Amino acid sequence: MTKQSYPTQWRRPPQIIQAKHWRYLVTFGVLLYLIMAIGTVEVNWGRVVEGVERGQRFIAGFLQPDFTTRWRDISRGLIESLTMTFTSTVVGVLISIPIGVGAARNLAPRWVYYVCRSVIAVSRSLQEIIVAIFFVALFGFGAFAGFLTLTFATIGFIGKLLAEDIEDIDEAQAEAVRATGASWLQLINYAVQPQVMPRLIGLSLYRLDINFRESAVIGIVGAGGIGATLNTSLSRYEYDSSGAILIIIIAIVMMTEYSSSHLRRWVK
Amino acid sequence: MTTTPTTQTPTPVWHPRTPKARITLWFFWLLTVALFVYCWNLMTANTMWVFVYDAPQAASDLFNRAFPPRWTYMERLWKPLWDTINIATLGTLLGIMMAVPLAFLAASNTTPSKVFLRPFALFCIVTSRSINSLIWALLLVSILGPGLLAGILAIAFRSIGFIGKLLYEAIEETEVSQVEAITATGASQAQILNYGIVPQVLPAFYGISVFRWDINIRESAILGLVGAGGIGSQLQASMNVLAWPQVMVILVVILGTVVVSEWVSAWVRKAVI
Amino acid sequence: MLTVDKLNKTYKTGDKALTDVSFTVPKGQVVGLIGPSGAGKSTLIRCINRLVEPTSGSVRLNDTEISRLSVGELRRARRRIGMIFQEYALVERLTVMENVLSGRLGYVPFWRSFLRKFPGDDIAKAYRLLDRVGLMAHADKRADALSGGQRQRVGIARALEQDPELMLIDEPTASLDPKTSRQIMRLLVEICAESSLPAIINIHDVVLAQQFTDRIIGLQAGQVVFDGSPNELTEAVLTQIYGEEDWTAMRRGAAEDAEAEAEAHRETEKLMSAL
Repeated sequence: MTKQSYPTQWRRPPQIIQAKHWRYLVTFGVLLYLIMAIGTVEVNWGRVVEGVERGQRFIAGFLQPDFTTRWRDISRGLIESLTMTFTSTVVGVLISIPIGVGAARNLAPRWVYYVCRSVIAVSRSLQEIIVAIFFVALFGFGAFAGFLTLTFATIGFIGKLLAEDIEDIDEAQAEAVRATGASWLQLINYAVQPQVMPRLIGLSLYRLDINFRESAVIGIVGAGGIGATLNTSLSRYEYDSSGAILIIIIAIVMMTEYSSSHLRRWVK
Repeated sequence: MTTTPTTQTPTPVWHPRTPKARITLWFFWLLTVALFVYCWNLMTANTMWVFVYDAPQAASDLFNRAFPPRWTYMERLWKPLWDTINIATLGTLLGIMMAVPLAFLAASNTTPSKVFLRPFALFCIVTSRSINSLIWALLLVSILGPGLLAGILAIAFRSIGFIGKLLYEAIEETEVSQVEAITATGASQAQILNYGIVPQVLPAFYGISVFRWDINIRESAILGLVGAGGIGSQLQASMNVLAWPQVMVILVVILGTVVVSEWVSAWVRKAVI
Repeated sequence: MLTVDKLNKTYKTGDKALTDVSFTVPKGQVVGLIGPSGAGKSTLIRCINRLVEPTSGSVRLNDTEISRLSVGELRRARRRIGMIFQEYALVERLTVMENVLSGRLGYVPFWRSFLRKFPGDDIAKAYRLLDRVGLMAHADKRADALSGGQRQRVGIARALEQDPELMLIDEPTASLDPKTSRQIMRLLVEICAESSLPAIINIHDVVLAQQFTDRIIGLQAGQVVFDGSPNELTEAVLTQIYGEEDWTAMRRGAAEDAEAEAEAHRETEKLMSAL
């Protein structure tokens, strides 16, 4: 081997931003932002110290939950949440099917496509809570407003994913059915439905799960469900009841997640 | 197709499904409908239908009062908007810091103890995921008092579960051959992580973080409703005094922010991956 | 010098992958390990650096009894054994240079490897090796930007970066086209000759094995059925190794192969779980 000298220095080439000055500029910008952002956080330390004690009480309440004292409120909220979840998922999925089909570029005429896409866009960009505030203002307090909120949110969620699935279907199969002289409805029935059905069921189960979690929240603005109960118990500093409610929510979420993953596997 | 009928059996009637499957399916649909009707009755037992019938009237009233939006209110929204973005960003960063170690503890191929630490990490992740950030905010405001800190922590606690779950799944999907090759060089455990696992999950990690940041912008916009700072406080205040023209402006600002953050996150994800 | 003595491996499922395998590889000898798929070639090679834990028997590299080392000692032993893999097993998202330098991981402390601040000698050595395998210009590219043959060269450089006293080479040509296969085999043999390294090449292509190795060991159902020079490998011996049309044995072998892989993965997992 020839005695040739090789460099003894090596630096990893930058992976994301190649240009040197840009890298410095971005790093500087990020640091500056962080300093400014952290600067805006005003912490009232006296209040925090006070909070430590309350936090301990909350943890104690979580570890020794009290299911009995407020059981009537809890069970009412729970029933509202569960019924709201189920009915809104069913109605939401039923409505989102035509909307999803309409929002699929390969099936719908131009104008229908734009109408359906804008329905989906509106539904997706509005926070559930904000929608709930409006529905409560219009339909009064209670589970019905919650039901409408969740239905509305479900339409955007399922509609978008369903439309994307339909756009991804195997064109060859649709072509084959079209070649038999099938009508538009027959095309949907024979070429599209079999391909997207399992996925639709999976999505609905997934949404059921999300709707339950959301139903626990929209009660805070008056749309019924377990969230209202939780809100009341927290504002009364009854941490043992709050702990009980949180444990119930966690348990139900775990259960739905577990069973829906099983069901999805079974549907496939 | 065949021209010679060989047997005397009658032509079988074709069904798309076996009889048993059909009955199960019907039963399933029947059950769904029955459950739906039952749930509907339970849910609407306390509904005041008068309000519902009045809803169209109420809606038109509301819109009449909300229009035109009071655009001059904008100048008082910049600070809350800045707060909202800070809550989302700082909350996401804090969430990432807590989620990354948890993800390594929860992934079956990197966890130090399958019996104790892995279930613990999984439990933390599930708990964080089950509790919506608004509920976290409710709790933290009740404990720490209102303000940005409660909002940041609420966003962070909710993000742990999301980032932790997706990240540990990404860690479990890493290619074993690359890890094996690093092991064969005599590397220590920490070096195996650094060279074998981390490079493989890094793109997923960036994608997940930016995605969560985008979601957090949406969520932090409403945290103010329960006193955790940001533009939601303004929303709450305006609604309390029924200042609907101001509410309209706030909603437009929130919508605009959401659209921009979605665009930014899509752009970053494309640039990184 | 590598001495393998009465090595046995029985998997948890009860499948016997290796039965009393014994041989000695002197310095500078390149041994081709042939046999039908699943004869235990993969298992044998991984038992030597204990990516798969042998059930009984001894593996001795120079003066070290590898089969009885503690975890820390095993790390030090492993860094002296270079390994080259069938699917290259490069860390795809790291640069070529980092992949080569990862051969030094057993020698450097964590902070150095974490900051990519390897000692100057290691870096010079890595450059020399990259030059040797003809990839000097590709040092800063990411490994997944290279072709199959180039990746295998990086794999070779990584193994050599370890300053190995033994090379374990697992099907180096399985994912390559015939021409590249030849180039890679030639490179391997040359490199072993340059520093008189002993090597075991696990290879299914008999013609390549005969052309490039000094000695051939034939495995069949976990037992050594041939051990001699390449030109002693007659038709009759091949029939003995590969069988006439013994498909059942082949299929059982495939299952064993999968088993070896799974066990190797479990081992890796166990290692990681010691963190």
